Amino acid sequence: MPTLDHYLVLSAVLFAIGTAGVFLRRNVITILLAIEIMLNAVNLTFVAFGRALGSSDGQIIVFFVITVAAAEAAVGLAIVIALFRHRESLNPDTFTTLKW
Amino acid sequence: MIPFYLFGAVAVTASLLVIGQRNPIYSVLLLITSFGALAGLYVLLDAPFVAAIQIIVYAGAIMVLFLFVVMLLNAPHEDTEEDLARGIAAQSSAKGTLAPDTRWAPAPGVRVFGASLATLFVLEVVWALTRRGGESGEFARAPVTSVGAIGRSLFTDYGFAFEVTSVLILVAMVGAVVLARRERPSAAKAEPGVGRPHGRHPERA
Repeated sequence: MPTLDHYLVLSAVLFAIGTAGVFLRRNVITILLAIEIMLNAVNLTFVAFGRALGSSDGQIIVFFVITVAAAEAAVGLAIVIALFRHRESLNPDTFTTLKW
Repeated sequence: MIPFYLFGAVAVTASLLVIGQRNPIYSVLLLITSFGALAGLYVLLDAPFVAAIQIIVYAGAIMVLFLFVVMLLNAPHEDTEEDLARGIAAQSSAKGTLAPDTRWAPAPGVRVFGASLATLFVLEVVWALTRRGGESGEFARAPVTSVGAIGRSLFTDYGFAFEVTSVLILVAMVGAVVLARRERPSAAKAEPGVGRPHGRHPERA
């Protein structure tokens, strides 16, 4: 049987993949997808710890994380649409109006 | 043990491919695969409720939202250094007058920096986990698999957080509509009875 450590290491690997995606990609949508990978890695940690402690709190927190992720995705994608409408680009390096 | 490694391998591989793809549509579809594997892991962790909402809400709703935006914007390909370099070569060979847009090409060390930072993070977390005492080994305690128990806890102990979440969803919905709305100058003329025109910048299409 896999132990708690197996799940934690898997979660760490997934979170690092998401971090690398945020750093490496040059597309706002892909960066949002990488953030979703990181949120899911954290969800896996919550469920694994909840299972290890024999409690339902981990699953409930995952429920709230998914809700917040849905809100974040909706607002983030709306911002992406507005940005694309003004800049005709999805490259975050082109959004430099505030950089002087 | 075999299902864990199977689902874990699928999740890690699909996530890596999400990062590696240049077309966001493939990224979104691969991320749905990754979420399916994670739902399998939740089932292995005796959390069928979380597995169900992972599939229904995440893969079914949030990823479809991403797909809609990717297809709506219709700008799938990312400008990478290779594309920019190829553009420079094509421009110089064709003696084009217009210089390629190299202003936004990332610095050469950025990718190496990001990859090494992520690798460092993995090593750090694994190191921290191996030094961790206390809860470890097999899952000894009885699992909470009942949706009834989760629901009872959700509506009693976490009742306030649940209500706040509903407000959050409402605010996010209104915010998304306001942010993504197209501001038309003709909207003011369409309703002559209204005193001030709609939108903050009615002159901008």
